Amino acid sequence: MASIWRVTAPGGGPTPLVMKIPRLGEAEDPAAIVAFEVEVMILPTLSGNHTPRYVAAGGLAAQPYIVMEWIDGRSLRAQLDRMPLPDEEVASVGARVAGALHDIHSQHVIHLDVKPSNVMFRESGEAVVIDFGVSRHDRLPDLLAEEFRIPIGTGPYISPEQVRRIRNDPRSDIFALGVVLYHLSTGERPFGNPTSVAGLRRRLYRSPSPPRALREDYPEWLQEIVLKCLEVDPNRRYQTAAQLAFELQHPDRVVLTEAAARRRREGIWASTKRYFRMLGEEPDPRQSVAGQLARAPIVVAAIDLAQRSEALNEAMRANLRDILRAAPAARLACVMVLKTSRIGMDVTEDEEGRNLHVKGLVDLNHWARPLGLPPNRITYHVLEAPDAGAAIVEFAESNHVAQVVVGSRGSSTLRRYLGSVSSQVVALANCTVTVVKTDDRSELAES
Amino acid sequence: MIVALLSDVHANFEALSACLEHARARAAERFIFLGDHVGYGPDPERVLEVLTNLVGGNGIAVLGNHDLAVTQRSSASMQEEARAAIDWTRKRLPPAQIDFLAGLPLTAEEGGRLYVHANAWAPDRWEYITGVFDARRSMRATPNRWTFCGHVHTPALYHMTDDGRTSAFVPQPGVRIPLPVTRRWLAVVGSVGQPRDGNPAASYALFDDESALLTFFRVPYDYASVARRIREAGLPTGLAMRLETGA
Repeated sequence: MASIWRVTAPGGGPTPLVMKIPRLGEAEDPAAIVAFEVEVMILPTLSGNHTPRYVAAGGLAAQPYIVMEWIDGRSLRAQLDRMPLPDEEVASVGARVAGALHDIHSQHVIHLDVKPSNVMFRESGEAVVIDFGVSRHDRLPDLLAEEFRIPIGTGPYISPEQVRRIRNDPRSDIFALGVVLYHLSTGERPFGNPTSVAGLRRRLYRSPSPPRALREDYPEWLQEIVLKCLEVDPNRRYQTAAQLAFELQHPDRVVLTEAAARRRREGIWASTKRYFRMLGEEPDPRQSVAGQLARAPIVVAAIDLAQRSEALNEAMRANLRDILRAAPAARLACVMVLKTSRIGMDVTEDEEGRNLHVKGLVDLNHWARPLGLPPNRITYHVLEAPDAGAAIVEFAESNHVAQVVVGSRGSSTLRRYLGSVSSQVVALANCTVTVVKTDDRSELAES
Repeated sequence: MIVALLSDVHANFEALSACLEHARARAAERFIFLGDHVGYGPDPERVLEVLTNLVGGNGIAVLGNHDLAVTQRSSASMQEEARAAIDWTRKRLPPAQIDFLAGLPLTAEEGGRLYVHANAWAPDRWEYITGVFDARRSMRATPNRWTFCGHVHTPALYHMTDDGRTSAFVPQPGVRIPLPVTRRWLAVVGSVGQPRDGNPAASYALFDDESALLTFFRVPYDYASVARRIREAGLPTGLAMRLETGA
């Protein structure tokens, strides 16, 4: 389809580059030139560490080319020789790829061809997604819309909706990543390697064997995650790649359902019922990446249990209720910070011998109870750090958090001079930060 | 060079001024008017004054059906509101401005681009491009890679492969869209002076002819004052309401 050359910039730039040249001509697949057009349209719109940096493109009249950053790292393809990988490594790979996909989705792009050969890892360990030849940018024309009457993607990884020629759902990438994780952790592909359209369609009505049917000791949390990625109905998968990354980064917080322990494939009856339900659903032409991300953000409530204003607690919960109502698939992470000293050992037990960490989790649970969220939409995290603001910001960044809600009390002179946790979070976080304040005069409770 | 594409100004001087200011702030150097410069709005003289100056400098204007109707004796074939506005306009315009309209070409071409008011297959029959089928018909009727037109007061973008497969796309304002030469493109730039897609802000587009990037824009302007002047001028009140609702 294309030849790849390693090149340097005129005058010898500092970084090595790669030039892709599509093969043109009578005998070549017409898809090659369209894939080239699509990549030239989409790659320049992407930035950040999770995609190759775009350098130049041109020559459409004679010999087309595109030049981009050479990723100095290894391909996930190479890891297939070592399968099955240890569970922790699968989770780590999955979390990093999901993080990269979330970054791409945040830039309006759906990859639509996630597979091991399209994933690289930089020396730093960061995942890079390459090859945007069949991707979709939800604010640019889809050059593949009318191009082919057959599904566009790669057999083992293609999502059920792509098989139905729907190209506007970012959750398709979550399905494909689920196939990759299944493969890496079991050594088997969940849907084999079909080459016909009929073979591809099988995944619409036939669920895969649960990993625990293949590997006796397969952990339940990983099966829960992988099978959720592979749901036929996108509404039953993780709603964003960030939510998937979150679960992979916190295996102990995964809420296990019936699927987690399953040892046998779902019966024909269950699959058939699902198939007919899915056929009845019309795809939503207005579906967009941005819309999907907005429906399913990860929200952090940064809670200071030392402050005793019930009015402020209630105001924070009221604010969170509004956010959760507007974003029905949002997840809430309740976070508190146990201050540790900067040097020396820390005492993790208080005088009464109660574990402060466990007490923190109990208190967070109690704090969030009035919100009435089901267990699969809320998690509790006690961080231990010398600097509360920095710890909250770091948590938000590593978990792809869309919004932090933090309380702030009054405006005392002392606070103005020393700075508060909330102002630190506002200054340092890359996401939206809501600072909730209350009128101190209305305070009736203890102070 | 940045080329500004403005269509269906319809004698709305405020909307035109807002778009020109917006375009100049984005380094536009060439101004293309895609027809229906007059009709509906209260300021045909001032709009044509601006156009005459730009066409004398770095600009092009093509003819629209409302422009043609003003130059003809009767506008019997038009809808009632449009006819009333045309008759009102015809009476006001000085002969030099009528002559300016009468002298406009149906199409213009430069650098692989076709400028036309309605469509490329029969520019003088004023048939609308409302979907993929019409767009394909128009793109097949011209050798130009890019067609820019108006007439339909809703922005739209169509693209076609060499073997005729055509898709439609609803552009979002402010997004730079590459229009590569590997396929044909047809952009309906929307209406400066009378948008009909539910958004009362003026619609126009900028095309960078070096990078082949097209950007649609929506520009707010004081439509309430224009609507008031339409009512004061005794033009049909429906025309004022259209500006207020953008529908």
